[in-house]
Amino acid sequence: MFVSLNWLKNYIDIENISAEELAEKITKTGIEVEGIEYVAEKSSNVVVGYVKECEKHPNADKLNLCLVDVGEEELQVICGAPNIAQGQKVAVAKPGAVLPGNFKIKKAKLRGVESNGMICSLQELGIEERFVPKDITDGIFVFPDEAEVGMDASQLLNLDDAILELGLTPNRSDALSMLGVAYEVAAILDLPIHLPSEKVEMTSEQASDYVTVNVEDPELNPYYGAFVIKDIHISHSPLWMRNYLMAAGIRPINNVVDITNYVLLEYGQPLHAFDFDQFGSKEIMVRRAKENEKMITLDDQERTLNSEHLVITNGNKPTALAGVMGGANSEVSNETKTVLLEAAYFSPSAVRKASKDHELRSESSTRFEKGVDPDRVKRAGLRAAQLLSKYANGTVLNGVVEFDALDRSEAIVEMETSKINDRLGTEISNEEIVDILRKLNFNFNQDGDTFTIYVPTRRQDITIFEDMVEEVARIYGYDNLPFTLPEGASQAGGLTVQQLLKRNVKSYFESAGLLETITYSLTSNARANLLVSPEVKNDAVIPVKLKMPMSEEHSTLRLSILPEMLDSLAYNTARKQTNLGYYELGTIFVSKQETVTEQPEERLRVAGAVTGEWVSHAWQQEKKTADFFLVKGIVEGFFRKLNIRVEYKQVKMDGMHPGRTAQIYLAERPIGFIGQIHPELQNDYNLKDTYVFDIDVDYIFEVQQNEPSFQKIPRYPSISRDIALVVDEGISALDIQTTIEQAGGSLVKEIQVFDVYQGEHLTKGKKSIAFNILYLDPERTLKDEEVEKSYQAILSAVQEAHQAELRG
Amino acid sequence: MKERLQELQSEALEKVERSSTLSDLQEIRVAYLGKKGPITEVLRGMGKLSKEERPVIGDLANKVREAITAELDRKKTILEKKALEKKLEHETIDVTLPGRPVQVGGPHLLTSIVEEIEDLFIGMGFEIREGPEVETDYYNFEALNLPKGHPARDMQDSFYITEELLLRTHTSPVQARTMGEYQGSKPVKMICPGKVYRRDTDDATHSHQFTQVEGLYVDKNVRMSDLKGVLNRFAKQMFGEDREIRLRPSFFPFTEPSVEMDISCKVCSGVGCSVCKGTGWIEILGGGMVHPRVLELAGYDPKIYNGFAFGMGPERIAMLKYGVDDIRHFYTNDIRFLKQYHKA
Ligand SMILES: [Zn+2]
Repeated sequence: MFVSLNWLKNYIDIENISAEELAEKITKTGIEVEGIEYVAEKSSNVVVGYVKECEKHPNADKLNLCLVDVGEEELQVICGAPNIAQGQKVAVAKPGAVLPGNFKIKKAKLRGVESNGMICSLQELGIEERFVPKDITDGIFVFPDEAEVGMDASQLLNLDDAILELGLTPNRSDALSMLGVAYEVAAILDLPIHLPSEKVEMTSEQASDYVTVNVEDPELNPYYGAFVIKDIHISHSPLWMRNYLMAAGIRPINNVVDITNYVLLEYGQPLHAFDFDQFGSKEIMVRRAKENEKMITLDDQERTLNSEHLVITNGNKPTALAGVMGGANSEVSNETKTVLLEAAYFSPSAVRKASKDHELRSESSTRFEKGVDPDRVKRAGLRAAQLLSKYANGTVLNGVVEFDALDRSEAIVEMETSKINDRLGTEISNEEIVDILRKLNFNFNQDGDTFTIYVPTRRQDITIFEDMVEEVARIYGYDNLPFTLPEGASQAGGLTVQQLLKRNVKSYFESAGLLETITYSLTSNARANLLVSPEVKNDAVIPVKLKMPMSEEHSTLRLSILPEMLDSLAYNTARKQTNLGYYELGTIFVSKQETVTEQPEERLRVAGAVTGEWVSHAWQQEKKTADFFLVKGIVEGFFRKLNIRVEYKQVKMDGMHPGRTAQIYLAERPIGFIGQIHPELQNDYNLKDTYVFDIDVDYIFEVQQNEPSFQKIPRYPSISRDIALVVDEGISALDIQTTIEQAGGSLVKEIQVFDVYQGEHLTKGKKSIAFNILYLDPERTLKDEEVEKSYQAILSAVQEAHQAELRG
Repeated sequence: MKERLQELQSEALEKVERSSTLSDLQEIRVAYLGKKGPITEVLRGMGKLSKEERPVIGDLANKVREAITAELDRKKTILEKKALEKKLEHETIDVTLPGRPVQVGGPHLLTSIVEEIEDLFIGMGFEIREGPEVETDYYNFEALNLPKGHPARDMQDSFYITEELLLRTHTSPVQARTMGEYQGSKPVKMICPGKVYRRDTDDATHSHQFTQVEGLYVDKNVRMSDLKGVLNRFAKQMFGEDREIRLRPSFFPFTEPSVEMDISCKVCSGVGCSVCKGTGWIEILGGGMVHPRVLELAGYDPKIYNGFAFGMGPERIAMLKYGVDDIRHFYTNDIRFLKQYHKA
């Protein structure tokens, strides 16, 4: 809502407060002033001039040579506007004048003829073109005859006005009118308010002889009032009205349309003027539209309606989409002689439906959608009738033809001063409450500490005690509330075990050198199916999709963090940042349903990706590019930190390198994978070799819930034995290790690979792999014989299971 | 004999004095103290001495031996130290050359901010609660006094999956869930951080995915001044002791009265500048006293319980605190951005 302060001054005396100060006060009391605009930069030396003579420039066809009377002198001015004519009163910038944009007017010669000033258009005086009446966007502005020659034109054109832009929250639709704003400012500044007159002279002729009103559904249209105004003379509206409309951001059109718009802004009540002679009947019938009923609206669009839309009809055809837009057939034109003026209350839901379905948001529909003040509907009609009679030569017929089932009752709210104070933490007195209610212009009864408030109908937002708490608080001043801390029994805040674990997971991967990313949960359908960990793929039937995505890019909930992370890597690579180590802890969305009806499971995963150089120590010619074992080392460290034992098994999965990918198992349960991105996919993302991991964190937390108990530090020495075996190259380290573990007995505490060799000293297809086996008994010193016995058992087991040979 | 011994002593000590290497010392040691050395020889000739003289000379010989040994050891320590110094001298490296780099990881700026907020409210006795990102219409809207058809829950603003499921548009449903879980049995004092989603086209100030931290305190006799006090403490700890706060009336369907909180502009100290659009204040969060309908829906009797709630955007806080100028930076994961904000 744009509020012209000059306009506002008609209702409340705010001469002594600056726009900035007022804006600050309004903002602090509850309606945010989002900006202050001045209609135009200050112009100087622009006055009303009378064009005494106007003839063609001797040397230029398109220019006119004018003699203009500006009061104390007559100036010769050359003007190029097509609409200049003798006898007009125009805005003249005299030599020495400064127009917006620091445009200085000087004496000049145009094609050999002297010009002593400039005749101005509204744009040249600083008004935005979109608010300038359409017929004069190419020309100069012409004042009405009553404008006095020599007067300051800026003032006449309201160029000194300041406009407050109000950012209204949905509850404060009362401030969608100048009167509403006036009430608000009156409460803030404690000033009296002057309401406009609604007095109308009516002729003896009865409006009811011209028209009848019928309403089919009072729920949707509880009030419909029709006024008939004859003898209309279509013309300009008065200059002050045009000025106010332009300041409020509405383009003036003609007196009838301008008056309905003016009253809409003044009262917050949308009105509609029909051309009575084009209406098509003497019967107004308000009803639901029929299915597929058609009408052409003012903007010349054909609209297809349905039964949820409310229409005004002439008993036969729709003539307006109620509260949204009039019909083209009954539009007011320059030929209009008799106006049928509608002042009605349409239900918010009906208007919302129609404006949404037809994408027609207007000053009118936004007000109906929020609910207009029932008390002002008819009054706004009277005000408009009065203005039509005054400024459009109208003769107002006697009476309002109406259907009236409108509830105009006030909401009643009870409140006690003590309860207000309990809620606010204040010590406001009864007297202060009385004062606040008086400022707000609310009627009330007081019984000691208890107040019964009769909430004015303009404040539809106030219905319960809490609403009144806010009213009292905001007028009392939020600034005046004390600062206190809660007095309730205090509890110890803290992180849960899970939340602590989450922080630990993050800090581990960060200490391992990875940077945390946050990527989008919404991905494309194609990416949602990419790099999904096998155990997730097993559970998720299909990825969960949005009903109405904004784009395919963000249409589907992720089943893996990795695709979007690869996108981030690609983003960096495109910017020549090629050495990257990322991780992310976040949720994926797994639905086990073909058609989703229940919330998907949200599973916490940690994923990471490393590409490019990991270590690079240039002057020592040391360089280490990311590889499988780098990433595996990071992942192993993670499990070591959590004291969890996992196993890695070769796996083939889509999108991953067929020979360099392992599935991770915790006991028998698959919990993720690790490996190199398939070179084809790397290519798609424009990435060099990239190694990733993706781990189920929820399950790890489940396992971790049991706090580890203290393990004694061993007091007896351990014995270490090495065993180097030659086996087929296809046999995995894990397989041999498992055999060793099973055969070695309970004294085997740790098995570690310390050497892998393949090459010239071995038969083709064979590899040598060496393990270090650590023996320990925490209770006693080991004997050599028992270690030897275990060693021999291991040896024969690996020989049998893997045809392993002891390497000589 | 006595003279010979004294002579040997001074001769040996002089040689020690002059020696410059450890092998010199070793030679001297063998030459004078060895089994074939002169002192042993002197002692061997003691048989010729009288009974009285023998212990005197023996004693003297031992003293000479000890004196030479002591001097040899002393010199040895000196030479060894010198040798070590020389060796270390040769080991000198250019300490100004760069070291082998270690990869330094770190948290995302949003995580840092969220954890900072969490820790701050934990300090005030709040617990942290989390909830699903795919929410039911009921918890996301209805439980928060936004019944179906309410203008503030336009279908256009949310990502729906079905009629009843959507990506949560705020973290408030976690509050509704927590109250629902407690069923009006005890006070609630919590904050809920998390990802939220709205139908916004991504640009410098909008993101279809962003972060929220919302807080809720429900108890008997909670006052609006408590909200002001708690938020004031938060603002001062988060933004600095010198910052002021102010509350302005606002509107949210789930609170009444509702507030918006501004903090004084750091750039201009409240005078007015381009950052604060000339007002001296910067909007930082919204909140208010929990609407009685919300309490009621969650099983809390609004005649007994009341409370306050608030919500803030870590992105906005990060943008204000660190001058990040485009919200998309938080989600493109440009390494040059991620590396900038490591907590010291
Ligand atoms: Zn500032």
